[in-house]
Amino acid sequence: MTTIAPEDTGQEALFDATIAADERIEPRDWMPDDYRASLVRQIAQHAHSEIIGMQPEANWITRAPSLRRKAILMAKVQDEAGHGLYLYSAAETLGTGRDELLDKLHTGRQKYSSIFNYPTLTWADVGAIGWLVDGAAITNQVPLCRCSYGPYARAMVRICKEESFHQRQGYELLLTLSRGTETQHAMAQDAIDRWWWPSLMMFGPPDDESAHSAQSMAWKIKRHSNDELRQRFVDICVPQAETLGLTLPDPDLRWNEERGHWDFGPIDWTEFREVLKGNGPCNDERIGRRRRAHQEGAWVREAAAAHAAKHPAHPPHAGTDQEEAAR
Amino acid sequence: MTATVNTAAALALGDDALVLSHRLGEWAGHAPVLEEEVALANIALDLLGQARVLLSLVGDEDELAYLREERAFRNVQLVEQPNGDFAHTIARQLYFSTYQRLLYGRLAAAGEVGDLAGLAAKAVKEVAYHQDHAEQWTLRLGDGTPESHERMLRACTALWRFTGELFQPVDGLDVDWRELESDWLASVTAVLERATLPVPDGPRTGAWSAGAGRQGLHTESFGRMLAEMQHLHRSHPGASW
Repeated sequence: MTTIAPEDTGQEALFDATIAADERIEPRDWMPDDYRASLVRQIAQHAHSEIIGMQPEANWITRAPSLRRKAILMAKVQDEAGHGLYLYSAAETLGTGRDELLDKLHTGRQKYSSIFNYPTLTWADVGAIGWLVDGAAITNQVPLCRCSYGPYARAMVRICKEESFHQRQGYELLLTLSRGTETQHAMAQDAIDRWWWPSLMMFGPPDDESAHSAQSMAWKIKRHSNDELRQRFVDICVPQAETLGLTLPDPDLRWNEERGHWDFGPIDWTEFREVLKGNGPCNDERIGRRRRAHQEGAWVREAAAAHAAKHPAHPPHAGTDQEEAAR
Repeated sequence: MTATVNTAAALALGDDALVLSHRLGEWAGHAPVLEEEVALANIALDLLGQARVLLSLVGDEDELAYLREERAFRNVQLVEQPNGDFAHTIARQLYFSTYQRLLYGRLAAAGEVGDLAGLAAKAVKEVAYHQDHAEQWTLRLGDGTPESHERMLRACTALWRFTGELFQPVDGLDVDWRELESDWLASVTAVLERATLPVPDGPRTGAWSAGAGRQGLHTESFGRMLAEMQHLHRSHPGASW
């Protein structure tokens, strides 16, 4: 295969025109190296977040307080593993294998969402994750359904449908607690108090500090700025919290008639940076558990590979090299 | 049509499914490959679904799951055995899903046992998938690397003693248990042979004696499993979730 310089063939112009026309870039299309690298980074980190994100919720599977809730939670954690699989597949269309991406996760060279470094301390946290964390994820991800890279956009369509379902279930869980006994209500409020600010941090640093934003928006990978999406999320949550009968832990929260939006208090960006650096409450546990699962599973993967080599599922392809040469 | 459901039968089968589902749920986030995160959770969910139908035939599913103590559970001891390594989980799954597939196949075919037949007809499709999954992994591990062979051998041998209990007659299930057992032996033997594994030859009486689990006599790890499973529900008497 020969690499043809884009200026020789007009491929770069074609790429630019495709983006400008709001059409999709597909795996076989020419794309700038930086576009490819940026997508691999974003999709991989998205996949990693799904996989690490299983842990805080799986923490409560064995303790779920009713069989109905247990079934819902198991199905949700299963969906997350499935989302991880779609996303790794989408990343692989860009030429980077799943093993390599997992290795980057395990060695800390690629990140996952900061939110999953917070612990799930009570059952209500499962509801808070559904309502707030999945809610923030949806706000972030719905625009990605129109992302310029086809495989990513298509994965997001499917993922967003399932996420919306999870989010409604989380909301309903909190509603049940909020309207339950006094202790249950207090449990729900405590969970919201702990998850609210970390959820707002999920949208990333403020626009003036966001390293990748401008380029991602030019390429139509991203459609809205971090601060825009964060504001949209706050505006959605305030009335929902009211319906839930729970309060959001922000004394500065008030309706701004002029802007037509809710004003909210300052985010603790020091905490955000510490969590990203690896100093959050659960960073070591999360990555440690993931590495352990991978290492302890090595003999299983080796067995599967050895078995497949001994027993090929299909007879080898008829046209061997020699036969080809003989023809 | 027989309308009455035999409580003992529904409870025994329901507890089997409930307890094994719980054990499989413990794998979430620990599986050796992502595809197995999905598969194990899927099997756990099927079993939990079966448990909910069966327990609801007896009474309130949550009261039965969360408010009974160890001595009142009627599951076989096989399903309560800790996950161990992946080979132990697969061996437990092979033994149990082969049993479930044969049993539900018979219950579905018998047709006239009322509510249980309906459940069996649905469940037999699910457990056929579980059995296939366990069989494929038994083959991969048994006939994989020397290490996986060794681990699978150890697992199949360690759990063998709990398999006799599967064929103790359950009150209310009109099944030829001897024939069920010989079919089970034939099926498991065929899989183990293909997996280059010897068929274990130790006793199959379980802890205590075969049938003890069905009478509420369990192994030690079971109490701890229930403590974890029930603690939140028990901490809030009468609350809704």
